[in-house]
Amino acid sequence: MPVQYLKETPSQTGGPYVHIGCLPAFAGLNRRTQEKLHVLAGGGVPGEQIRIEGVVWDGSGHPLRDVMLELWQADSTGAYNAPGDTSGFRGWGRVGADAETGLWAFETIRPGATPWVDGRPQAPHCSLLLFARGINIHLHTRIYFDDRADANAVDPALLSIELADRRQTLIATRQPGDGIPTFRFDVHLQGAQETVFFDC
Amino acid sequence: MSDQGQDHLGEFTRRDRAWHPPAYTPQYKTSVLRSPGKALVSLRQSIGERTGPVFGHGDLDPLDNDLIRNYITTGEEAIGERVIVHGRVLDEMGRPVKGTLLEVWQANAGGRYRHRNDRYLAPLDPNFGGCGRCVTDEDGRYFFRTIKPGPYPWMNHNSDWRPSHIHFSLFGTAFAQRLVTQMYFEGDPLIPLCPIISTIPDRSAVDMLVAKLDMGEMVPFDSLVYRFDIVLRGRRSTFFENRPEGN
Repeated sequence: MPVQYLKETPSQTGGPYVHIGCLPAFAGLNRRTQEKLHVLAGGGVPGEQIRIEGVVWDGSGHPLRDVMLELWQADSTGAYNAPGDTSGFRGWGRVGADAETGLWAFETIRPGATPWVDGRPQAPHCSLLLFARGINIHLHTRIYFDDRADANAVDPALLSIELADRRQTLIATRQPGDGIPTFRFDVHLQGAQETVFFDC
Repeated sequence: MSDQGQDHLGEFTRRDRAWHPPAYTPQYKTSVLRSPGKALVSLRQSIGERTGPVFGHGDLDPLDNDLIRNYITTGEEAIGERVIVHGRVLDEMGRPVKGTLLEVWQANAGGRYRHRNDRYLAPLDPNFGGCGRCVTDEDGRYFFRTIKPGPYPWMNHNSDWRPSHIHFSLFGTAFAQRLVTQMYFEGDPLIPLCPIISTIPDRSAVDMLVAKLDMGEMVPFDSLVYRFDIVLRGRRSTFFENRPEGN
C-alpha cells in the first residue's frame, strides 16, 4: 500500500450565480461595502499603470457572459504580496465579465520579473484563474506581454509548452492608443485557437 | 526581488485530476462547449503558484458569517430551516489551514437566488441575501449561520433539480490551493440524481461534499448544525530543490 494522505475536497462548478458570493454588487446585492476588486492598483502604487482586458470564448465562438476571473501577480519589483508593503498593493483581483458583451478588464501595474524554480528569471506575467457555469474545475493560465518579447523568448514556463505556436495564446497584445497602456487577452476555451491551460 | 521566500515554500502535492471532475462531462450540458479539448500543460510551481492573497478580519463585516441577519430589510430574520454549518479546513497532510478566507453563497429556503438572472417562480425572501464569508481560526475552524437552501429546477434535461447546496470558495495559503466547490446535505434523495454531482467520477469523492448532521453541536431551540470539513492540497517538504547555494 502506498502512503495514504487525506484526499483533496473535489471541485464543483461555480455555477451561474457565482457573483452572489464573490462579486455581490454585480449580482445586485448592495449590502456589503462596494468593492472594486478589478482595480488592483490605484494611484500611489509604484510601477507602470496598465489595463488588461479581454473576452472568454466558448467552443462555438460565443462569449462567456457569466465568467468570473481572478488575477494574481507580483508588484513592479517582482515581489508577491510583500509583507510591510504600505502602498496597498495586494497583488490579487477579481472581475466578472460584462453581462451583455462578455468583456472584462483589470486595472493594475505591470509586474516585475520573478524567479523560476532554479532561479532563472521568468518574463513578467500574471496568473489568471477562470470560474464559470460549465467549468467543473477552474482553469489556470498566464498572461504575458507582447512588448517584452526578449524576456518571453527565454521564459522557462513558456518554453515548457512543447508546441511553440501554442505559446502565442498566452501573450497579451498591446492596443494602439494614448492613455494607460492597454493589453488585450482573449481566452479561447476550445478549438483551433485554444488557450494553453496549466496543471500546476 | 523576493526570491528568499521561495526556498522554504515547498511545492504542493499534485492534484489528482481523476478524483476531481474532468472538464468534459456531457450529462452537464454547459460543460460541452466550455471544456478544453487539448491536454493541460504541466507547470512547475514557481513563486506565483506557491503564494496567494492574504485576507484578514479587517476585510470582513461583523455579520458576514450570519446569513440569517446580514440582509434584513423588514426587521425580520430570514425564513427557513435555521442551520449552523461548521468544520475545519485541513491540508492533505492533516495540518490546519489557518486564517484563510472562505466565501459561501446559496439560494433561499424556496430555492430562489438573489441574482438578476434567476427567474424561478419561487419568491425572494426580503430578508435573505445568500452571501457570506469568514476566516478560519488557528485550528482551521470556521462556522456560519444560515437557512437551509431549497432545491431548485434548472434547464439541463427538462428539468433537472439541484439538491439543496451551498457554494464554497476557498483560497488556502497559495494560488495552487484555490478551490471552488459545493456542499450538500446528508440524506438528500436528489444527490444521486444530480448531473453536476455526477461529474465527479468516484462515489467516495462525492461523500466528501456531503455535510453530516451534527446533533452533538445542535443549539437547542435555535439551530440544527451540519459539519463540513474541507481538505486543500498539501504542501510538501523541500528535500532537494535546485538552490543556487546548495542545500
